[in-house]
Amino acid sequence: MRFMMLVIPKAYENARADFVPPADLVAKMTKYNESLTKAGVLLSLDGLTPPAKAARVKFAAGTPKVVDGPFTEAKEMVGGYWMIQVKSKAEAVEWAKRAPMLDGDVIEVREVQDISEWPEEVRKAAGR
Amino acid sequence: MSDIHAAIDAVWRIESARLIASLARMVRDVGLAEDLAQEALLAALERWPKSGVPDNPGAWLMATAKHRAIDVLRRGKMLERKHEVVGRDLEARQESPEDALHAALDDEVGDDLLRLIFTACHPVLSTEARLALTLRLLGGLTTEEIARAFLVPVPTVAQRIVRAKRTLAEARVPFEVPRGADRAARLSSVLEVIYLIFNEGYTATAGDEWTRPPLCDEALRLGRILAELTLQEPEVHGLVALMEIQASRLRARVGPAGEPVLLLDQDRARWDRLLIARGLAALDRVEALGGTLGPYALQAAIVACHARARTAEETDWTRISALYDALAQLAPSPVVEVNRAVAYAMAFGPAAGLEIVDAVAAEPSLAGYHLLPSVRGDFLVKLGRHDEARVEFERAASLTRNTRERTLMLERAAAAARKASRNDRGER
Repeated sequence: MRFMMLVIPKAYENARADFVPPADLVAKMTKYNESLTKAGVLLSLDGLTPPAKAARVKFAAGTPKVVDGPFTEAKEMVGGYWMIQVKSKAEAVEWAKRAPMLDGDVIEVREVQDISEWPEEVRKAAGR
Repeated sequence: MSDIHAAIDAVWRIESARLIASLARMVRDVGLAEDLAQEALLAALERWPKSGVPDNPGAWLMATAKHRAIDVLRRGKMLERKHEVVGRDLEARQESPEDALHAALDDEVGDDLLRLIFTACHPVLSTEARLALTLRLLGGLTTEEIARAFLVPVPTVAQRIVRAKRTLAEARVPFEVPRGADRAARLSSVLEVIYLIFNEGYTATAGDEWTRPPLCDEALRLGRILAELTLQEPEVHGLVALMEIQASRLRARVGPAGEPVLLLDQDRARWDRLLIARGLAALDRVEALGGTLGPYALQAAIVACHARARTAEETDWTRISALYDALAQLAPSPVVEVNRAVAYAMAFGPAAGLEIVDAVAAEPSLAGYHLLPSVRGDFLVKLGRHDEARVEFERAASLTRNTRERTLMLERAAAAARKASRNDRGER
C-alpha cells in the first residue's frame, strides 16, 4: 500500500516568503529521511515553499479566480510530503509517529487511491 | 484486527529485523535470536493493549528481549550453547534503557542487518528455506503470510523455518559477512533469493492469479534495504533497478478480468512513473560506480529501454539485442537465449529469432519451460506458419502451471488454428 504523509507545520499559513527551516531541525529531518530510506519504505519526498509564494485558483460561478498567497485566513497549509510503500495504514501511522515534528505540527496520513477498487463503470471512465 | 494489534503488527514490521540482527550478534545464534525477539513480541502483545504502545517501542522490545536472553542463559537451558561470556556481556550492556536505545540506534545495526541477510541466504540452506527464512527474519512476515504468499500449507513453511534455524545452528554458521571471494558468492545468493521472491510475485508460477504484487513489494523493500547497506555493490543497485522498473508495469500487466497483458500490448499510461524514475536512478548509480555491467545491471538496462520508449513501436530493439548479446556472454543460459531470440526477432525479423530459439530448443533444461514454445509459436505466427504455431501454443498451455497464462496460450492456439484452416482454404 502506498501512502502520502502530508506535513502540516503549525502556523505555516503565516510563514514569510523567505522562510527557511532552522539547521537543527533540518538535521533531524535528514536523519529521519535516512531511516525511511534504510527501511526500504521511502519512494519520494519533497518540501514545499511557504504559502506566501503560492497561488490559489478558486473555482466559483464557472470562472477560475486566482488569488496569490499568503492566505492568512486559511488553516492547515501543507509544507511537504513523504510518499511511502508499506504493508498497512498502521505501519504508515507508526512511521508518521517517528517524524521529528514540533508541538502543534500535524502529519496527515493518506492512502493513494487504488483505481482497481472503484466500481466498474467508474473504472471504465478512467480508461481502465 | 483491533487498532492496538494493528499498531503492534506495524511496530514489529519496522523493528523486527533490526531487533533479531542485534540479538543475533549478542547470542551468536540466529534461531535463538528470533525466538527471543518473538518472546518480546508476545510480551508486547500482552502488555501494550493495557499500557498502550510505549514512546520508543523498538527500545522496549530490545530491552525485553535482552532480559529474556539473560533469563534463558541463567536457567542453563542452553547447555549446548556456551553462552556464559555472552550472558555477562549482556548484563554489562543492560545498564539502562537509554543504553538499549543507543545500542538499537547504533550504526552497528546496519552491519548486523547485513550479517542477518547473509546468514538467512547461507548456501547450507535449500532455496526454499532461504526464501522462507529471509521473509521471516528480514521481512517480519508471519509463517501464515509466507505460506499464503507461496501458496503452500502453513505447517510446511513452519517446518522449513524450524529446520533452517536448526541447520544453521548445527552447521555452526558464523554470524558474519564473509570476506573476499566468499563474499561475492554469498552476495549473489542473497540477490538470487530476493529476485526469486520478486519473480514469484511478478509471474506467479502457480495459482489462479497472474501476479501477486505484495511479494514484489516485499522483494523491492528487501532490495532497497540491501542497497543502502552495500552502497558500493553495482549488482545490488542493478537488481533494485531491475525490480523497480519491472514493478512499474504491474498494474498494466493484468487485464480487467485478471488476464495477463503482454509487454508490447500494455497501456503505457498505466506504468508507474515514480517506480520507473527510481529504477533509472538506481541504474545511474550502477553506472556511476563504473566497471562493466553485471547480469542484473544488464537486465535492468534492458527493461530501462522499454521504460524509456513512449510507445511499443519506439522500442530500441537493436540496443536491446546488443544488451542480450552481452548478457548471453556473461551469464549464458537457455532462458537468456530465448529472450535474446525475442529481441532479435523484433530488431531483425522473426526468422532471426527462430534461428536462435531453434539452436537451444533441444536443451534438456528447457524441456518444461513454457516460454520456449510460447515464443517459438509467436515467431511461427509472424512467419505465417500457423499450424506449427498452434502446436507450440498448445504445448505452452500444457506446460504452464498458471491458469491465467494457460488460458492465454489456449486462446492463441485457437487463433492460430483458425488462421491455419483459412490458409488451407486459400483465404489469406
